[in-house]
Order: sequence, then structure tokens, then C-alpha cells
Amino acid sequence: MRSILFRNARLIDPAAGTDRRGDLLVAERVIAATGEGLAASVDAEIVEAGGKVLAPGLIDSTVFRTDVDAAIAGGITSVLLMPDQSPPLDDPALVERAERLGKPRLWVRPLAAATRGLNGCELAELSLMQDVGAVGVATGRAAIADAQVMLRLLRYAAGLDLVVVTHAECPFLTAGAVATAGEYATRLGLPSAPAAAEAVQIARDLRLAREAGARLHIACVSTADGVELVRAAQAEGQDVTAATAPAYALLSETALAGYRSFARLSPPLRDETDRAAVRAGLADGTIGMLASRHDPRTEEDKRQPFADAAPGAAGCATLLALGLSLVHDGVLPLPRLLAAMSSTPAQRFGLPGGSLATGAPADLLLFDPDAPWRIDAGTLPGMSGNTPFDGIPVSGRVLRLLKGGETLLP
Amino acid sequence: MKPPRKVPQGVYRFPHRHLLGIEGLQPWDITFLLDEAETWVEAGRRARKHDGRLEGLTQINAFFENSTRTLLSFEIAGKRLGADVVNLAAGASSLKKGETLLDTALTLNAMRPDVIVIRHESSGAVALIAEKVDCPVLNAGDGRHEHPTQALLDALTIRRRLGHKNGGRIEGLRVAICGDILHSRVARSNFHLLAALGAEVRAVAPPTLMPAHVERLGVTAFTDMDAGLEGADVVMMLRLQLERMEGAYVPSTREYFRTFGLTRERLKAARDDVLILHPGPMNRGVEIDSAVADDIQRSAITEQVEMGVAVRMACLDILTRDRRMEGMQP
Repeated sequence: MRSILFRNARLIDPAAGTDRRGDLLVAERVIAATGEGLAASVDAEIVEAGGKVLAPGLIDSTVFRTDVDAAIAGGITSVLLMPDQSPPLDDPALVERAERLGKPRLWVRPLAAATRGLNGCELAELSLMQDVGAVGVATGRAAIADAQVMLRLLRYAAGLDLVVVTHAECPFLTAGAVATAGEYATRLGLPSAPAAAEAVQIARDLRLAREAGARLHIACVSTADGVELVRAAQAEGQDVTAATAPAYALLSETALAGYRSFARLSPPLRDETDRAAVRAGLADGTIGMLASRHDPRTEEDKRQPFADAAPGAAGCATLLALGLSLVHDGVLPLPRLLAAMSSTPAQRFGLPGGSLATGAPADLLLFDPDAPWRIDAGTLPGMSGNTPFDGIPVSGRVLRLLKGGETLLP
Repeated sequence: MKPPRKVPQGVYRFPHRHLLGIEGLQPWDITFLLDEAETWVEAGRRARKHDGRLEGLTQINAFFENSTRTLLSFEIAGKRLGADVVNLAAGASSLKKGETLLDTALTLNAMRPDVIVIRHESSGAVALIAEKVDCPVLNAGDGRHEHPTQALLDALTIRRRLGHKNGGRIEGLRVAICGDILHSRVARSNFHLLAALGAEVRAVAPPTLMPAHVERLGVTAFTDMDAGLEGADVVMMLRLQLERMEGAYVPSTREYFRTFGLTRERLKAARDDVLILHPGPMNRGVEIDSAVADDIQRSAITEQVEMGVAVRMACLDILTRDRRMEGMQP
């Protein structure tokens, strides 16, 4: 295989916490060397990076669909796949199959369904699924309502040293709701649930996880109270991490105006106070991961009255650019953003990648953080373009993407 | 560039293609609609009620949610104006099988109607259909969102009945809207309309039936019925759906009647000449006592029905004006 030498790049290694100019040599599917003035063999491809950013390929800590084209367009080389597939990933054979679906262009790391068929009642075969590649266990799109089942899940997962990924919305409070209770839901006449539905669930799950000694990951934190609960638990030393998606840091309930069904998300968009709190949580590291929550939907699913439309948004292709808008806004520095989309999920779920260390797999992303473009739902790469960010100008373009030393883009 | 719309000299050019809600209308738009409706009230009281101005136009009443009163009112309004009125009264569930809402809209549009009146159980559904059709659309109620002709007929009733004491104006009146505000499109449309015309609007409901941040719609929230009725010029009662009683939102109908039912005793807090409205159909003994509902001095509940036809005639007339002017071109 031909070696590749990146010359004069801005090397950001979020795992090591370094950010410096230099060269990077890829050989035999791994990072062979980093440094200055590296030499390469005569047949090596030389890439003049011209100061553009070279970082580990992104690791997207939550997707609901394996959408290879969208991931590659977004500079993503690994995704954590939620178990809400059809059928749900509650069986070792299904986990194995899900892992294969991205090959050879995308690493798919499946999360095992916590309960059979995600029914919220009976534990699924977590150990068997772990053996065949499940990197964690998840409750999927909905929380487990029954506290007894949740406690047993947490205890059982703790025994396997599996991280439990929970959806933080109280299912009783959110039954039938499609928006957050507030001015916009009232104006539009949409069934809504109070934002407290998130805090209620996080508080319960934190307490149960402490009881069980389990490792907990809140899949999506979107409210001020939710951020505060996670922050307090982390301060007390509890083993809890959290993620959010760009929409919760960049949009609020105002995006629902005109019944735009692309803005129908789960959890729903919150108010401005919550949005500010999510940004603060990203800034201080309480929310350590930024995930796309990629959930492509067809026209038929979305071209409906708001409440009848399916929730979710396509996110892989826009994750990097929207994340960078947080950097441009001064919410967090670029190395921290890249950590939130690579090394932090890698460390939490024990995945390879997320590092520029010598010998690490050559999953690499070269990008220009300042190249401007405009998000267009109609031409977004991937299965579907249902993004609430349609028409919004962003910056940050992928120049080159490598997975295991193989060039995926351009 | 679009050619300027042709409107007869001296007639206010209503600047909206559809009537999807009261939110977004200017006070003078609302006043114009009410003034026009006023002329139809008299016409409706004559023995010969027919006016042929919508002759040859097709009006489709597409009701995806069950309705008797509103559908009847729109049908009568259309027929009095001479339109060819067709009713599509299908529960949304039967249409949902297979065909999407937008396909249904395109099918309706292909029949080349000149105006479509739509009711749907989902908030925003009527606006969605309106984007896809080539003719004016009238919202006859979408989910919990808006029911603009109801708010207009309420305002017309208030104007006519209380005209003597306030110079025919809504401005300055204290209006208490009471009951299931959370699920009510009638309440939302009324909030927008009455606030736009300068009334003091009160939302009176048990906390479980009060929407979040309702004060941002320009109203004052009360969870105590007696306090909410204090000094009211108008009391508008809302229907409490049966499935929302019996423990879901309120413990029981008898407890609801005790705490939020409109009785003579309770009305003493309001002004002596208070006007009582109800969009119907009423649950007597649940939200309103029969003695109050049938009090001909103060209750205008049947008059509201009459005003409904006049308001709908005005809306159908105004929204089809451009189209009729086009028809007169050689």
C-alpha cells in the first residue's frame, strides 16, 4: 500500500492534547511517524497541507442509521450505532451484522439493546452481544420506564463493565408530546411536555447508577437542569458522561415556527435558557461529546403536519461544520471540539482511533476550518437531507479523509 | 413581477390569500372582515337569502375531523352566495390509510376548486395543504392551533350585543375565556383577535388545562374562576371534552362543575350586563348551568350560530374576489 506524507499540517491530537505544526506519515494502515521535516519513500504520495488541520477521523457517538455516504462527507470514520434498528440489536447475530454493514468504508460500533426488542422489560443477552462487538448497551430512543428494570440493567451492565447509554426523557411525562412546553408549543397548539421531563429521568438514572456502581452515559442532554445534574454528579465523582447534538447548542423552540417538521427532534428543541446552558456545558466539559444523532427520514415521514411527522434529523454530513460554528462562536477551542467528536468517545467506549499517536490506526481527517459553504437540504450527502439547518451558512470543509490508510475522500 | 391585484375602487384590498389563522392579521384586517360580515347578517334575515356572487365557483368543504355545526355553517354560507358546494366529510383515520395528506391535497386541487374550507385534527395541517393548492384556503379548525372564523363570529356577536355601551368597539372590554384552554383552538384564535383589538383578555382554567406561557399571547392567566370573572364584560365558556374528564385532567365532572362551572351565583362577580358565549356544543351541567345558558338577556349562544353564517359568507366572498375579477376579464 502506498504511503502518504502530510506536510506542514496543523496536527491536532485531542488524545494527547497537542496542537502543533508538523508532518505526519501514514504507512501500512497506521500512523508511522509525526514530527518535522519527515522524509518519505520515493513512491509515497505527498500532501501539502498548507497549515490546514489534520486530526483523527471523527467518531460520532450517536447515530440511528448506518449512512456511510453522509458519514464520509462529514469527516466521520466511526459511528456508534443505536440499537433502534429494524429489528432492534438485541441478539448477537444482529450485532455482528450491524457491525459489518459499514464495511469497508466506515467503522460501525453497535450499541446493544438493553432489553429484548427494546421493550423495556426483559434484559437482552448483553454478554453475548459484548463478545461479538457491542461497545456498550443503550436504551435507544426511549428511556426504560420501570425503575426496577433499569436498576437491574445497570447492575448487570456494571458486572460486564459496559457503559449504559440512556435516553433522558421521562416516558410518562412525554407521552404524546412533540414539543417542549413553552411559548411556541402554546402558540402552535402542539402537544407538549415540560423540559423537566429530562431532569426527572437523569436524576433517577444517576441515582440508580450510583446504587449499582454502573458507568452511565446520557445520550443527549438538552436542558439547563439536565446539564446541572450531570455537572453535580461529576463533581461528586460519579462515573457519568454526557453528549449532546449541535441542534441543542444552536437552535431553540423558535425553529418550530411555521410548523417546520425538520425541526421536530427527540428530545425536542428547548428554550433559549436551555440552549445557553447546553453551550456552557460544552464549554466547561460537563457535556464531553458532540454527536450527530443522525436520523435520516424520508419525505413521506417528514412532509406531514408537525405532530404527525417522524422525529429526528440527518446530522452526519453537518456535524463538523456545525461543531466548528461553536468554535467560531468562542464556545470552545478547536482541540476541545475535536476531542468531543473523537478521543472522548473513543476513551469512554474503549474504541481504537481518536489519536495521532505513532502506531494508531490511520483514520485521519484533513480539513479547512474556515472554508465557507451553505447547508442545502436538497443536496446533502446521505440517505436524506432532513436537517433543521437548511439554508444556513457554515464553514469547515473536509479536504481528505482516510480510514485505515485508505482514502475515502475526495 | 406579479400584476397588481384587481379590486374595485374604494374597496379595502384584503392582503391575504388564505385565512389560516387570526395570528398575523392586522387589527384593520379584522375590522374589515367584521364590517363585511355585518352586511350579511341583515341579508340572512330576509326571506330570500340568495346572493349569486359566487355563481359558478366550486367550494370544497374538506373536513378531516368530524364536525356538524361548522360544516353546516360553511355549507349554508357557500350556498347562499351561490357557490357549488361539495362536502368531503371523512374522518382523518379513513383517509390516512394509504394516501398521505399532501396527496389528498393534490387530489382536491386537481378538481379545480375555487375555495377550499379545511378542518383537520393536526395543528398546522391546514397551512401545509394551503402551500400545495392553487386556490384560497379557509381554516375551519386545525388541531389545537386556530379556528379563525369562530373567533370572528365571537367578535361580531360581542360587537353587536355590547355595541351600546362601548361605541361598537371591542377595545377596553374585559373578556374571560374559561375552561379547557390547553386543547382549545377557539381560545387561541380568540386570544389573538381580542388582544389585537385591544380587549383585556383573561384565560381562566384549572392548572392542568392551562398551556405553558399563555401570558406571552397577551392574556392574563387565572386558575380561580371567581377571580377570573371579576368585572368581566364577556364570559366565553369552552367545551370540556368528555375524555378529558374523569381523572385525566380533572378528577370528575361534578368537581369541575363545582369549581369551574358557570352558574348564576358565580356570575355575580361579573358585570350585571355580562354577555355569555359558548362555541358549542355545550355540556350542560359540566361547564355551564342550564339556567345561565338559556338566560336570553345575557346568553348569546344561539346568536353566535347566526353570526357564524354571516362571518363565513364574508370570508368566502372576500377570499374569492381576486378570482372573480379574473373571471370577468375578456
